[in-house]
Amino acid sequence: MTTVGSEPATTTDLPRQRSRPWLLGLWAVVVYGFLYLPLAVLVVMSFNNSRILSLPFKGFTTRWYSIAFSDEAIRVSLGNSLQVAAIATLLSTIFGLLAAFAIYRYRFFGRNAFRIALNLPILLPGIVTGVAMLAYFSNLGLELSLGTVILGHAVFGLPVALGPMLTRLSQFPRNLEEAAYDLGAKPAQVFTGVIFPYIRSAVIAGALLAFTLSFDEVVVTIFLTGRDNTLPMEIWGRLRTNITPEIAAVATLVLVLSTGLVLLSQWEAAREE
Amino acid sequence: MDATLSAQGKRRSQPRLGLYASLLPPLIWTTLLYFVPLAILISFSVWRLEEFDIVKEFSLTNFKTIVTNPAYRTIILRTVGTALGVTFIDIAVALPLGFFIAKYGGRWRSLLTLLVILPLWSSYLVRVFAWKIILGYNGVLNTLLIELGILHEPSSAFLYNQFSTMLTFVHVWLPFMVLPVITAFERLPNDLWEASADLNAPPWTTFRRVILPLVTPGILAGSINVFSLTMGDFITPSLVGSPKGIMLGNVISSQFGVSYNWPLGAAFSLVVMLIVFAGLAIALKQGALDSL
Repeated sequence: MTTVGSEPATTTDLPRQRSRPWLLGLWAVVVYGFLYLPLAVLVVMSFNNSRILSLPFKGFTTRWYSIAFSDEAIRVSLGNSLQVAAIATLLSTIFGLLAAFAIYRYRFFGRNAFRIALNLPILLPGIVTGVAMLAYFSNLGLELSLGTVILGHAVFGLPVALGPMLTRLSQFPRNLEEAAYDLGAKPAQVFTGVIFPYIRSAVIAGALLAFTLSFDEVVVTIFLTGRDNTLPMEIWGRLRTNITPEIAAVATLVLVLSTGLVLLSQWEAAREE
Repeated sequence: MDATLSAQGKRRSQPRLGLYASLLPPLIWTTLLYFVPLAILISFSVWRLEEFDIVKEFSLTNFKTIVTNPAYRTIILRTVGTALGVTFIDIAVALPLGFFIAKYGGRWRSLLTLLVILPLWSSYLVRVFAWKIILGYNGVLNTLLIELGILHEPSSAFLYNQFSTMLTFVHVWLPFMVLPVITAFERLPNDLWEASADLNAPPWTTFRRVILPLVTPGILAGSINVFSLTMGDFITPSLVGSPKGIMLGNVISSQFGVSYNWPLGAAFSLVVMLIVFAGLAIALKQGALDSL
């Protein structure tokens, strides 16, 4: 009997078990349709030559894109978002990496509690993080700014970055580490020379996830933002007043750019393995 | 032999240093920026607002308000009900999909998985807003139904109600459910199916008795995500929900915003935390830790 799973279910070597995969396939098609329908609508609207975001399609235009590009507020907030996401990601990844190493390498009292504690910022709703940090900063007399937004994003970024690293580390062949020690390597050398190369793709994946979640974050940001807006805050402000097609254009651009980033990281990871 | 011994000896002599160097920075970081703020939030919840001033004395006034006010009780029930409903629908949608991808995906498996995550990389706000464009009075759905002759005039029944809220939630959080479910299915050994089939178990029995218990940790991990995300959200109800259908997130954000009653808002945050903790405790008890 050959194994299933490595090949699509075209072979019929498991007669009793062929439980109508076409039905499952149909379900998958419906779910993918459901996932992508709103995105498709958005992309279509961004090219629709109409001031209102509705059908029928009144002809193709790239007008909304040029309006979006020349919009000063959008440009500034995009720059802010990139800056916030970059710094928050750096902080998240460094602290996440340290935590991953501690959890992987050592058995210590409260190890599971430590894991859960680090994960709390993503286990509890973002609004709790937002208002708690708002109360904290106001107690400290700290003025809200992009700096406070960065701190907020780095707090939930740590567990986001930590996840993929821990998963990858749990597959790490420990005898590699033993071998390095036997050859006289110091712990720091073992980490940089043996462990880190093994989990590099997971570190990149975690960092990328932290970056994109920060780039898109609304719920925490709303409470911690000062005068300077991030891109989602700028969009949020416009969504509530006058929604215009240039928002659809901005959303489409963000989608295209981030898809490119994700594909790049996937390609990088595949090349490595 | 000697070298091995001395290497091991060296490793044992200073393991604590490495532990502290890697453990303390993230621990201190999270404590200072998350646990201390949480403690302050909790202290706010037992203070109270009087004449626009926060009275820093212990009292349970806020919690009394929450428990005795029937409008607040309704909001709590609605929020929990919505979060549970969204979680169960996402499980029902994700299970067959995860099963299909893991078992029949073949060499397309990672692509299919990637396609599930990809929508997460488009703006969350805009995805919520897209449903408004689809379901609205002049929306895509109405246009389509009129074209098809099913409706004669646009209906306003699709938007600004519990249905549109649930639908949007199910959509925006679905990837958070599908991912852990796929991972759980992928961990299943293939011969499990064959063994069960060889023992003449019908597919449904195999699924229910063999597969489902093994993918439960994945389902639980996804459920924590979806439940918690819904419990704290206020964007979706305020964009596509009914004005009468506000959720706990809306109450909290308004108490910390326009209503400017931080103590009451903090008390509501505590309610949200306790409810999510209860869900978390159930999930952890069922063994979800490894899938978090």
